[in-house]
Amino acid sequence: MSESDPGKFSMIDSPALSTPTTRNWPALAELRRRLAGRWVFALLLVTGCGVLTLLVLAPLYTLLSKSVESKAGDFVGLENFAHYLSTGGIESAFFNSLWVAGLSTVIVVSLAFMAAWALTRTRLPITGWIRGVLVLPILAPSLLPAISLVYLFGNQGVLKSWLFGAEIYGPIGIIMGSCFWTFPHALMILLTAMDNADGRHYEAATALKASPWRTFWTVTVPGARYGLVSAGFVVFTLVITDFGVPKVIGGQFDVLATDIYKQVIGQQKFEMGAVVSVLLLLPAMLAFIADRYVQRKQSASFTARSVPYRPRQDRKRDALGALMLTPTVVFIFAIIGMAIYASFVTFWPYNLDLSLNNYQFGRMDGGGWGAYTNSLQMALGTMVLGTVLVFFNAWLMERTPQPKLLTGVFQFLSLLPLAVPGLVLGLSYIFFFNHPENPINGIYGTLFILILCTVTHFYAVSHLTAVTALKQLDQEFEAVGESLNASRWRVLFTVTLPLCLPAILDVALYLFVNAMTTVSAVVFLYGHDSQLASVAVLNMDEAGDIAPAAAMAILITVTCATAKLIQGLLRFWVDRSTRVWRQGTE
Amino acid sequence: MKHLKKALALTTLAVAMNANAQTELTVYTAVEAEDLQKYAERFNEDHPDIKINWVRDSTGVVTARLLAEKQNSQADVVWGLAGTSLLLLKNEGMLVPYAPEGLEKLSPKFRDRDETPSWVGMDAWMAAICVNTIEAEKNNLPMPSSWDDLTKPVYQGHVVMPNPNSSGTGFLDVSAWLQMMGDDKGWEFMDGLHQNISRYTHSGSKPCKMAASGETTIGVSFAFRGARLKEQGAPLELVFPEEGLGWEVEATAIVDGTDKMEAAQTLVDWSITRKAMEMYNEGYAIVGMPGVAQPVKYFPENADDLIIDNDFGWAAGNREAILAEWARRYDGKSEAK
Repeated sequence: MSESDPGKFSMIDSPALSTPTTRNWPALAELRRRLAGRWVFALLLVTGCGVLTLLVLAPLYTLLSKSVESKAGDFVGLENFAHYLSTGGIESAFFNSLWVAGLSTVIVVSLAFMAAWALTRTRLPITGWIRGVLVLPILAPSLLPAISLVYLFGNQGVLKSWLFGAEIYGPIGIIMGSCFWTFPHALMILLTAMDNADGRHYEAATALKASPWRTFWTVTVPGARYGLVSAGFVVFTLVITDFGVPKVIGGQFDVLATDIYKQVIGQQKFEMGAVVSVLLLLPAMLAFIADRYVQRKQSASFTARSVPYRPRQDRKRDALGALMLTPTVVFIFAIIGMAIYASFVTFWPYNLDLSLNNYQFGRMDGGGWGAYTNSLQMALGTMVLGTVLVFFNAWLMERTPQPKLLTGVFQFLSLLPLAVPGLVLGLSYIFFFNHPENPINGIYGTLFILILCTVTHFYAVSHLTAVTALKQLDQEFEAVGESLNASRWRVLFTVTLPLCLPAILDVALYLFVNAMTTVSAVVFLYGHDSQLASVAVLNMDEAGDIAPAAAMAILITVTCATAKLIQGLLRFWVDRSTRVWRQGTE
Repeated sequence: MKHLKKALALTTLAVAMNANAQTELTVYTAVEAEDLQKYAERFNEDHPDIKINWVRDSTGVVTARLLAEKQNSQADVVWGLAGTSLLLLKNEGMLVPYAPEGLEKLSPKFRDRDETPSWVGMDAWMAAICVNTIEAEKNNLPMPSSWDDLTKPVYQGHVVMPNPNSSGTGFLDVSAWLQMMGDDKGWEFMDGLHQNISRYTHSGSKPCKMAASGETTIGVSFAFRGARLKEQGAPLELVFPEEGLGWEVEATAIVDGTDKMEAAQTLVDWSITRKAMEMYNEGYAIVGMPGVAQPVKYFPENADDLIIDNDFGWAAGNREAILAEWARRYDGKSEAK
């Protein structure tokens, strides 16, 4: 060892680099091996960037470039922007979007943090079930909460008086609906950030006689900082780009996302839709920069020497945890419960007789079961392809030596889809993948393009979850691996993957359920033989067939809940087996 | 066993041959989903050799999709899309003009004005006001009978209508009012109506659905949706204002770039036969061939007299200006009441 070390340094500048016949050849080989390794990893990440460019950047360019073109396709500079600003869209829609998304973010991140704290830092019973309840909002198609909110707080709503004369149709409805559906996204990121806590920090705090309050601010919050910022970034961007909730319950309250809907669906003005999409990217971009800034200061919280944190017995603290979970759990139960009730009612609100008529699946027109099977295939495809792609890329970015610039580019590409409304993504996919000169335009109209589009649509949150999980592992794992002469690949399969299995399962479930319920992008892409259940739900509701729509929606929810149950069992099994394994090192 | 195998093989062969003989048409449509199967079945009774593969969505989505696919059109035929949308596609050069058999039997309102029309009409959907009788009684509201009634102060906060910037139905109303009343009177009427509107929706069927569930008392929507909801048990009264009704033609066209021209033409031919018209009449009071339509439940018997003489060319030409003016007057900024 000692004799090769000086040689290493001298060789970097020496022409001997190319002549392996020098006496220091083992060191040279070592250097080459390392360099080669680096190149392989960098090349793989470049490939990852290429894939994302193909899936996000290139399609997006085809649509967004229309923002500087006239309807006929001539370059007009910023004329469209000037036109949009002059019609006053900016004052109302832009600022409405900002404050609604901002307020929703504060509410959701606070609630999700309280819930995550209660789940990971107390010894409450049945936390597995509580986790299940808390993710219910993403298991249901977005139509269910929309129906529920109207039935709860609408003009005929049972809790209408709770709004003190205010209307659910408008900002209140948008914020409530947005909080409901974005909550699981925030919770998933925060749970990943807080699940692997280092018990030694808490021991130290106890030894120093720090109060629980002080421990919370000096240990718990800093440990979750990255998760908090990411969750905030994700929720803000999700709310500001979503047009589903504002369209259904927002009344005439103008936000940027519904403005896109008006321009593209109402008036077929793609170039103006593109203008609003570009404006929509701005706040998301700011959030992205803020996220990067905080992330740079993050270091691993779960090191090779860490001891998994096990909360001690403390009744008072557990009661506090229960208190923090209560409002969220009650809200979720109220919404889902109302939706289930609604699906049994004969004709709301004038005939409240309960019946099972709404569950006659035979009534479903437009290929009920066929659409369901398509959805299932699409969701499974999205899950498998997405999980592999997301996790492998995240691993390359976090756990292999990479040039800083490359990781920056990759991070940007993987978070970009978050800032793109589904409607815009779907249209972009038509322009790009249906182009006659695109060599792979054959996939247009098939189930495969639906899978690609859905993986892309939900890439960002999956990526953040994977990165958060990977960041928590000490870089020493790879260093130790190297000294044991184990390659990074081996460390990946023997240490990293098993430790990250819970997060991987989360990502898989996340992709599956979102693929089952998504509408906004795929509505432009399905073909005659790839209709989807989620789209059928929306169309049946639009046609006034609330009964079969509700039935199909419940079918989707049950499917997603089953997936969640399977995932929960797997997680339980993984937790148990890795806990034994982790404790073996104590 | 051997027989079974032979039979199986024969069946497979027959199916395979059948599949070979069948032409598959990709047909884009905005027709209600529950009607699609019926439409295809009736068509197949006469033309079993052509299989229809439907792609269905709401009018706005289908139109946006067709336009976005312009460079490499996927649809062979559009069967059941709003005339305004087809006009847009025609101006983009995306339709193949074709004079189907029996064209002369169509009412002149129900075809593209060109000698060889780019689209031919099926039926008309028309505006209607959905009034919730239970809520009207609760709020002591008289039954309106005209558009003008809706501007009376008694209805303040009880009316919902679609935003014309998002919904074709909304634009149909606005364009009809301007055509019936003239520019000045039309905007004056809408100013008055605006005072009573509790909100504008993004979808044309939503106001009627809201009236059906008591979320509002009066919803400005279209007749087909109102009739459907009434059938499902909604406490609705459909009002067809005496001044006249906006309406829109639903039509059929061949998409440029199709490589199945013969089958596409067969479908368009069939779409204006008497048999097809009788089929449309099951859900719509007004169809493209004069003398065919029978009264439809919940629709007015004099539907033909009620609809205005809609100038689609005028509506399309002035659409952008009308929408901009509408947005300037009523959109978004009215939120702070």
